[in-house]
Amino acid sequence: MRRVKKFVATSRVRVRALLAAALAVGVLPGLAAAPADAASVNVYSSRHYEADQTLYARFTEETGIEVKVVKADAGQLIERLKSEGANSPADILFTADVGNLARAQEDGLFQAVRSSVLETHVPATLRHPDGYWFALTKRARVIMYAKDRVAPDAVAHYADLADPKWKGRVVIRSSSNVYNQSLVASMIAHDGAERTEAWARGLVANMARPPKGGDRDQIRAVAAGLADLAVSNTYYLAQMVNASQESDREAAAKIGVIFPDQDGRGAHVNISGAGVTRHAPNRDNAVKFLEFLVGAAAQKVLAEANYEYPVRDGVATAATVLEFGAFKADDLALARVGALNGEAVKVMDRAGWR
Amino acid sequence: MNVSTIIHGTGRLARRPVRVNGWVLCAAAVAFLVSVPMVVVFGAVLAPAGEVWRHLAATVLTRYVVNSLWLMIGVGAGTLVIGVATAWFVTMCRFPGRRIFEWALVVPLAMPAYVIAYTYSGLFDFAGPVQGGLRAMFDWQAGAYWFPEIRSLPGAVAMLTLVLYPYVYLLARAAFLEQSVCVLEAGRTLGRGPWGVFAAIALPLARPAIAVGVALALMESLNDFGAVQHFGVDTFTTGIFRTWFGLGDPTAAAQLAAGLMLFILVLVFMERAARGARETRHTTNRYRPLPRIPLRGWRGWCVTAGCTAVLAFGFLIPAGALVAWAALTAERMVDGAFAVHAANSVLLAGSAALICVALALILAYGQRLRPGPAMRIGVRLASSGYALPGAVLAVGILIPFAWIDNTVDGWARDRLGVSTGLFLSGTVAAVIFAYVARFMALAFGTVEASLAKVTPNMDAAARTLGRGAGGVLRRVHLPILRPSLLTAMMLVFVDVMKELPATLIMRPFDFDTLAIRAYQLASDERLADASSAALAIVLVGLGPVILLSRAIAGARPGAAEGRRRDPAAAIPTAPAVGTG
Repeated sequence: MRRVKKFVATSRVRVRALLAAALAVGVLPGLAAAPADAASVNVYSSRHYEADQTLYARFTEETGIEVKVVKADAGQLIERLKSEGANSPADILFTADVGNLARAQEDGLFQAVRSSVLETHVPATLRHPDGYWFALTKRARVIMYAKDRVAPDAVAHYADLADPKWKGRVVIRSSSNVYNQSLVASMIAHDGAERTEAWARGLVANMARPPKGGDRDQIRAVAAGLADLAVSNTYYLAQMVNASQESDREAAAKIGVIFPDQDGRGAHVNISGAGVTRHAPNRDNAVKFLEFLVGAAAQKVLAEANYEYPVRDGVATAATVLEFGAFKADDLALARVGALNGEAVKVMDRAGWR
Repeated sequence: MNVSTIIHGTGRLARRPVRVNGWVLCAAAVAFLVSVPMVVVFGAVLAPAGEVWRHLAATVLTRYVVNSLWLMIGVGAGTLVIGVATAWFVTMCRFPGRRIFEWALVVPLAMPAYVIAYTYSGLFDFAGPVQGGLRAMFDWQAGAYWFPEIRSLPGAVAMLTLVLYPYVYLLARAAFLEQSVCVLEAGRTLGRGPWGVFAAIALPLARPAIAVGVALALMESLNDFGAVQHFGVDTFTTGIFRTWFGLGDPTAAAQLAAGLMLFILVLVFMERAARGARETRHTTNRYRPLPRIPLRGWRGWCVTAGCTAVLAFGFLIPAGALVAWAALTAERMVDGAFAVHAANSVLLAGSAALICVALALILAYGQRLRPGPAMRIGVRLASSGYALPGAVLAVGILIPFAWIDNTVDGWARDRLGVSTGLFLSGTVAAVIFAYVARFMALAFGTVEASLAKVTPNMDAAARTLGRGAGGVLRRVHLPILRPSLLTAMMLVFVDVMKELPATLIMRPFDFDTLAIRAYQLASDERLADASSAALAIVLVGLGPVILLSRAIAGARPGAAEGRRRDPAAAIPTAPAVGTG
């Protein structure tokens, strides 16, 4: 208590000294702006996975090029890129979905890249035709079911999720989530907005609860018996299978995976991808960085540490993911999915999908 | 808008025309600088409303409005009742554990809303340990029993109330502490009971401060993103994000943000209209230690139980869960980088708190010296950042900063042949500026509420005795304001510790804070892994919260003298307080 009193007694003096210090901090110029630097590559990333740090460190080890990162939401990174304009320090925009890549491209934030390495190893449907962006990993958005209550052949298509027989038995996350936006965008591309909206209405009517939480929450809800079917990306289940928490491992053991539309267009696949920014100060390093990420070693890290599907042929998928089974992927050009993102949001709004 | 309008009139000190002096110029400059981001955001309002608006109005807008209204009503009522009641009991009554509650009741403020939301949903969700345990224990089936749904609108109201009531508590308590006992005793002499004094005198006197506290809590709950998003409650703020990033329409998003501020404007206006011309200001400056009303027997224990419950739900239970999770994961999650994140957090929070309070003081004093419509508008704009979601405000800063950078760079290239690059964007200074713009309302509201209670007679007396404007501030106001300045610093410090969206988007390369770390893990549903960082935010925030909370009690005018001198003789003219 005495110390507190002393603090109060001296605070008048302190306030003055601290003000001076504060002003000094305030006017400190550009503490950490990262300028063009021969030995670095500056990445704006919306990915939030631990495995990425490992990859960056390995890239630096191999090439001597330092990786500097700002992680934030993709939409905000796009705004930052736009406002920074020609002086932006960013070389790479790395996102966890195709919608934001497409938006950045529309806004003219990327430059076209020609690279035989990238063109060889990234399939044509998984990159922009002019080289504005490239997929680096794939993730399938699938239907998951409670093994003890649902027969594996009871559901085969995304369309089945709207079947009234599943009333009150489906959980899926919010329509604000970009993975759902991409899924619906792909359905619009295939079936048109009207049919997709009817489907969304049916899905909303079947929901066991208003959407909340992330993909893992939907899986947990099915494991706990709140619902029978969930929609989730594959790697979330794989992460739960290998989780340190016992409750997650137990929940994951009760869940089976259905790859939808195998007799038709195939399961919806989203990507995580990146492009070189239009005003990249370290353009060559940026291209090297992308080429490194599609290299066999990096693809293996992405596959095994984060349970994503590698884009490169010949790289093995993680064992846990392999157990989900092989599947046919929708080969709809992802550029189209990205372009339909806004339309997808409107469809879901009209259907009352929260 | 906002809190500054709550405080009604600052006295007519400046009857004779005040020369345009340094203070007024300084205040005007600060108001201009800090309001730039808000002006940028509201510039978007002038853009034509597009097709997206028709879509929003036809589909989701009603839901945003209704949910936001309920959120405001719930959090407003909750924080008002809990904050004022606890502040009154702790300040004016004696009951078991009072001395501990005095500072402990502030502690939930250190708990970020998104952390408490994630923690409670982890505990009480359908698949969580509590419901799972109940099902196992009683062999209940899914859907066959009733359990409150934590991830719902009422759940969101509860979460936000639990972590935001300290705003009301702090400000109400500071106001009660600053009240002269003589005024309260005059009320007793005139026949009012202790509760009558509370209702008829203490509450009206503290009303400006309480209104500021509730307004802060409401603004914070309206622009909360993490908690309501996780609970699946669509509010204006989640709508702004969705419109911007989902529909890809920043203009419509900014227009929604303007709508959000309209909410708060209306509220503030209503409060002000209700208070009307009834200006309450006590004129005596006789202070002595508060004679606390003893609450004996069951009454005292009831109050103790109530305070304990508030503290348990707002802090002990979630913190306990975090500790349990951290025990499992700390070994893996606490590494060298963790210390760097903590240092970054403290550096940012400390400098932002100091700068913000210093500027708030300049603004508040400038307004007191020169109360005019121009100054009032400027000050209001400058402290409106708090009502904007952090991410929207951040973009309001990114754009002008980058414009300055690029303009200067272009000029330097043309004239000097060198490139200056981005010397503002993406620097620590820009991040701190964002905090100042965002949290100015906290600092300014607190300082102004307190300044408003200093009767202008004092200024007049000091000026008559030959002090200049600066002298009056230094010798008269600062000593009286000290508790409020400390409160303001603490509020800003703790809020910056928790701040996310602006930090996320504006920070330099490879610059992480504890809040960023905790949020990124928690939003990835890795709550157990996030617990170490979340706990660290709480712990680092706890230090200043407790220290300053105690200092505020000690800094009550006359608190120190009272014990040494005859209370009646202690007429601490302001400078004397400094020696206490």
